[in-house]
Amino acid sequence: MQRRLVIFVWVFAALAVPAASAQELTPDGLVKTVTQDVIAVIKQDKAIQAGDRKKTIALVEEKVLPHFNFTRMTALAMGPNWRKATPEQQQALVNEFRTLLVRTYSTALSAYRNQVIEVKPLRAKPDDADVMVRSEVKQSGTEPVTLDYSMEKTPNGWKVYDVAVGGVSLVTTYRDAFANEVRNVGVDGLIKALAEKNRQLETKRS
Amino acid sequence: MRRPWRLAVAGLAAAALAGCATVQNPDPRDPWEPMNRATFEFNDGVDRVVLRPVAEGYRFVLPEPVRDGVRNFFANLQDPWIALNQLLQGKVEEALSDAWRFIANSTFGIGGIFDIATDMRMPKHAEDFGQTLAVWGIDFGPYLILPLLGPSSARDAVGTLVNSQGYLPWQLPKWLDVDHRVAWQNSLTIVDVIQTRANLLDASDLLEQAALDRYAFLRNAYFQRRRNLIYDGNPPPLPPRDEQSSAAPAAPGGDAQPPREAGPAPQSVAPKVPTNYEAVLAAGERRPAGDD
Repeated sequence: MQRRLVIFVWVFAALAVPAASAQELTPDGLVKTVTQDVIAVIKQDKAIQAGDRKKTIALVEEKVLPHFNFTRMTALAMGPNWRKATPEQQQALVNEFRTLLVRTYSTALSAYRNQVIEVKPLRAKPDDADVMVRSEVKQSGTEPVTLDYSMEKTPNGWKVYDVAVGGVSLVTTYRDAFANEVRNVGVDGLIKALAEKNRQLETKRS
Repeated sequence: MRRPWRLAVAGLAAAALAGCATVQNPDPRDPWEPMNRATFEFNDGVDRVVLRPVAEGYRFVLPEPVRDGVRNFFANLQDPWIALNQLLQGKVEEALSDAWRFIANSTFGIGGIFDIATDMRMPKHAEDFGQTLAVWGIDFGPYLILPLLGPSSARDAVGTLVNSQGYLPWQLPKWLDVDHRVAWQNSLTIVDVIQTRANLLDASDLLEQAALDRYAFLRNAYFQRRRNLIYDGNPPPLPPRDEQSSAAPAAPGGDAQPPREAGPAPQSVAPKVPTNYEAVLAAGERRPAGDD
């Protein structure tokens, strides 16, 4: 059960991916580059290590966010309810979900302690447009934690649309909560709940 | 006069009943949800009042290298049991590796304080009797939150019971300080509980932040995680369960198929997303915050 919880740190630590000429990179190359970039920044930034939220969020926004497709993530987490939402609602959902994930991911990053992250060579055909890039976080005394990135090919390069930490998928984990919320209080209720959650996190931390 | 009052009482009673006795959106895997939620609250209370503060103190007082040593020490004590479960699951090679891990770390690693086996290409594995039961064909059974121990299932609770027999701090060698056996056992167990909780502080903070409903979040993660462990990191794809609306074949989510060289029909990825996805994506691309 402890291991199960630890995963959460890495669910979000997994959201790491960079901005450098991403279009040309293979998906595993992209994951590797971004991971290295982010770790390099953390290693030399004492403020981030000490838990400076603003700086961590800025790092995530700059290096990681460009490689995520939050619209797809939100759509998958919503499941069938996605189509019942109006375009405005969908946009609001994407925004709130993105904010929540960025916040949480930033927290996870500040827990980084020199673990070694190894990106596995991709096992996919060259023309696959939907792949899973696997990686492992190694730490002495515990079994490696796997970080798997589901990625799709887009005109703007490869984009991550789900992350699984130790086999726990971010999208799948949110799916039940989203479905429950929509059933109980509707799409607007879900948007409100996410916004409220984000507001709480904002006031609690800064 | 009397009637509104009565109505109010009836209304309140109904609300109370609805609130505590029934579950609005039952998860088929969790038929005991009301009981589980109660245990969850109880565990949470114990954690808030006792366990978490102690674990925070532990982390505050001890420097990281010391805490790593403690973690490695207790992790090492698990390895013989892990090796045995590998064997029970028919994985001889892994069993040998884990047995060697224990020997190497216990000796060269000074009683397990240093995990040198990982550097010798014998990685730590995660096995327990619940997984062994699963490999033997026993299904999860209902979700079950155990008092103090947390998320489990009918099967894994049995596994936990058996695991306790393989917990080495309770199996101290007979010759060791006969007069204070129980004190030793208890001390080791308490330190193990504290250090385990301390290792989870970051994770539980994160869960608190990320989850809309921690109970549902944890339940969902539990089933995914256990399934992943049972299949040693390579679970077969689940049949899609999310797209009741039938029009498009299933959004994949995290159960997305692992990549396979010779897998079937990789070109069928296109219809996985909702129909108006492209339009929304286009709208999203124009948003300033994305700036990609």
